[in-house]
Amino acid sequence: MLGRTANGLFWMFRYLERAEHTARLIDAGLRMALTRDIVAAEEEWRSVIATAGQRAGYERQHRTYTGIQAWNFMLRGEGNPQSVLAMLAQVRTNARTARNRISGELWEVVNDAWLSASDMLAKPIGQNQIGEVAAFIRRVAVLAHGAMVGSMMRDESYHFARAGSFTERADAVARILDIKYYLLLPSLSWVGSSLDTGQWDTVLRSVSGDRAYRAIHAGQIDARGIIEFLVLDDRFPRSLAFCHAMLRAELAALARLHGQEGSANALMRDADTHLANRTIDDILQQGLHQFLLDIMRRNDAIAAAIAADYRFLA
Amino acid sequence: MTTTGETYNEMRGPSGEVRDAYSDYQAWFEEQDAKTLSRKHRDAETIFRRTGITFNVYGADEAEERLIPFDIVPRIVTAAEWRRLSRGIEQRVRALNAFIHDLYHRQEIVRAGRLPQRLLCNNATWLPQMVGFHPPGGVYTHVVGIDLVRTGPDEWFVLEDNARTPSGVSYMLENRETMMAMFPDLFMRVPVETVSDYPRRLAKSLAACAPAAARGRPVVAVLTPGIYNSAYFEHAFLADQMGAELVEGSDLRVVDGRVAMRTTAGYKPVDVLYRRVDDDFLDPLTFRPDSLLGVPGIMDVYRSGGITIANAPGTGVADDKAIYSFMPQIVEFYTGEKPLLPNVQTWRCADPDDLAYVLDQLPELVVKEVHGSGGYGMLVGPASTKMQIAEFRQKIVSRPDNYIAQPTLALSTCPIYTDAGLAPRHVDLRPYVLVSPDRIEITPGGLTRVALTEGSLVVNSSQGGGTKDTWVLKE
Repeated sequence: MLGRTANGLFWMFRYLERAEHTARLIDAGLRMALTRDIVAAEEEWRSVIATAGQRAGYERQHRTYTGIQAWNFMLRGEGNPQSVLAMLAQVRTNARTARNRISGELWEVVNDAWLSASDMLAKPIGQNQIGEVAAFIRRVAVLAHGAMVGSMMRDESYHFARAGSFTERADAVARILDIKYYLLLPSLSWVGSSLDTGQWDTVLRSVSGDRAYRAIHAGQIDARGIIEFLVLDDRFPRSLAFCHAMLRAELAALARLHGQEGSANALMRDADTHLANRTIDDILQQGLHQFLLDIMRRNDAIAAAIAADYRFLA
Repeated sequence: MTTTGETYNEMRGPSGEVRDAYSDYQAWFEEQDAKTLSRKHRDAETIFRRTGITFNVYGADEAEERLIPFDIVPRIVTAAEWRRLSRGIEQRVRALNAFIHDLYHRQEIVRAGRLPQRLLCNNATWLPQMVGFHPPGGVYTHVVGIDLVRTGPDEWFVLEDNARTPSGVSYMLENRETMMAMFPDLFMRVPVETVSDYPRRLAKSLAACAPAAARGRPVVAVLTPGIYNSAYFEHAFLADQMGAELVEGSDLRVVDGRVAMRTTAGYKPVDVLYRRVDDDFLDPLTFRPDSLLGVPGIMDVYRSGGITIANAPGTGVADDKAIYSFMPQIVEFYTGEKPLLPNVQTWRCADPDDLAYVLDQLPELVVKEVHGSGGYGMLVGPASTKMQIAEFRQKIVSRPDNYIAQPTLALSTCPIYTDAGLAPRHVDLRPYVLVSPDRIEITPGGLTRVALTEGSLVVNSSQGGGTKDTWVLKE
C-alpha cells in the first residue's frame, strides 16, 4: 500500500484515541467536580486541562478554571487544534485519505461521528448536556474499533491503524500518570501516606480502569497499587505494559508481511527490555517521573521509526 | 429559462396516458402510500450524507461539502430505445478515437478539406507532444461521457462529447445502490439492466491497455488532485471499487524509466494511470511548471512506453465546442456511415454568416464558450435581460471564434417526486463508455441530471440541478 495511505491510517487512529481520551478526562473531571467543593473543583479542571496538554491554549483565553469553560474549550474551543471537534475532523480527513483501505462500515462510523459532532458541538455545551456529549464521543470510539475488528482484513491497513491506537494510548496513559503523580505526590516520602483517594479515583476513571482495579484490589485505593496496575498489569487494555505488548505485536506483523524488520522493531525490543522484569518498587525507586519521561521519549522514537520504515512521507 | 413550444414528457403522452417505459413503475407507484414515499425521499439525503457521497465546492467555506440532490423517481428508457442509442454512441466514440489518432498523425481530415486547419493551430488543447505517438493499445479515450438530450419520441441529440476525464459515474452507481436499498420490491417487479459492474469493467478495460513495459498483472492507479478536489469522493470510490491505489502527484516519481508510487515497501512501478487531473497539470516539465499535482517527467516515460495514461493527453482537442460542430462530418469521414445520433444545430461565430445570424437572433439562442463547461460563461437568450444580452453581444463581437450558438432546445421532461405528487422537470443523460483495444462497452444506464426548478433547463449540479437513477429496461 502507499506510504501516504499508511500514514493516514496511523493518524486516523491516533486522533480517534486522543478524542476518546479527552472525553474520558472530561467525564472524570466532571465526576470529581460534582463530589467536591468549589476550590477543589477548580484545581481539578486545571489538572484536566494540563493532562490533556492544552494548558497554554486555555490560559490564553481564560483566566479562571471552571468546568463549563474547560469542557467547552476541550470539546469545541475556537483556535484549539486539540479540541475533540478538531480531532474528529482530523479522523475523518485521514479516513478520506485512506478511503480505499478502510471498510465501508468503518468509514460510515467515522463520517457519521463527524456529522453528529459538528451538529452537537455547534453551540456551547451546558451542564445538562455535557454527560451526554462525553458519552457520545466515547461511543464513537467503541463503534469505530468494533467496525474495524469486525470488517477489516488483517492486512497492513489494520496493523497501521492498530499501531496508531496503541502508540497514542501509551502516550496518554504515561502523561496522565506523570501529571497526577506530580500533583498528588510532591515527594517520594508521600507514597503510602494517607492519600486523596478521590483524586486517584479520577486517574482510574480517566482510563476506565476503576472497575477493573476495584475487582483486583477489593476496593482498596493506594497509590502504589494504582501505579503498578496502570504501568505493569498487562491484562488491563490501557496499561503501559498492555499497550506495549499490542504495539509489539502489530510491528511484528508488519515485519512479517514485509519480510524484514525495520528500525521500529529494534526500538520496540529496547523498550520491552526496559520494561521487562521491572517491579513497581524499582520504578518508584528510580523515580516515576524519570521513568515516564523515558517511556514517552521511546514512544516518540518508535512512532518516528514507523513513519521512516514504511515511507509515510516523501 | 423556460421552454417554448411542445415539450416531450417521457412518462406521459399528450392525453395523459402512461407510456410503455413507465407502465410497470406507474402500477407500483399507485400502490404506494404518499407518506411513506415522502419519508423515503427525505431519507435518501441522509443515506447520501452518511456514506459521504458529496462534492466539494471551491471558494466558499474552506472545502465545503455539498450533496447533489437526488430524486427518487427513476428515469426509464426501454430496451429498444437503448439499443438505438447504443449504436449511435458506439459509432460516435469509434469516430472520436480515429479522429484523435488522425489529428496527431497524418491529419487526413484536414488534407481532405473537411476540417479547417485553423481549428487546430489555435487550439490550446492540441498537444504537439502527442504528434506521431501511438498510445498503448491504440486507445486515446478510455472513458467517454456522451451528453444526450431528447426532444421527442425518436429525437435524441448529442449535446456534448466528454473525451477528457468525464465525471459523475459514481453517482450513476450510488444512485442505483440507494434506490435498491430503499425500494427492493420495485426491483423485484421491474426488470432493470445492472450498472454495478462498471468498476470491474473499467479495471479490465484499463488493464487491457497496459504499456509494453508492464510485467504480469498490470498495476492500475487512480491519480487524484487530492481530498479537496470537487470530485475526490468519486476518485476514492472508483479506486476502492477497482482495488486500485489512489495516488496523488506527491506519491509518484520517475524511477529507472518508470513512473513509480511510494509504497510502504519502496517505489513500485505503475502500469496504467487513470488520471483525474487535467493535461495542464500532468507534468510540470512539459506543461504548467507550477503544477504540484502531476509527476515531473511522466510524459517522457509515457512516450517511451513505460506507462499508459488514461485518457491520453491531448484528447481535449476532440471535445471543444468548435470541433463539436464538425462532428457529423467527422463521424462520416472515419466510419463511412451517416451519423446515427445527430448533433444539436450549431452556429460557429467564427464564420461571418453564422455570426450575423447569431447576433440577429441572440434573444432566442443559447451561446456557449468554445472551451467552457459546467454551465458557466454561457448566455441563455430567452432567460436573459436586454442588458445581459447586450453585454454578451459585446463579448461575441470582440472574440467571435470563442463562441458557438445553439437553439434553445425544449428538453424532454421526467417526473420528480414532490410532496404534492409527481411533477415534470427537464432532464439530460450522460451514458459512460469504455474503450479497449478490441471493443467499446456502454454501461446500460448513465447519469440523468434534472433541473429541479420548475421550467428550468439548467441541469448542472453547480447550478441547482439534481440527479436520478437511470433505468434501461431488460428485453
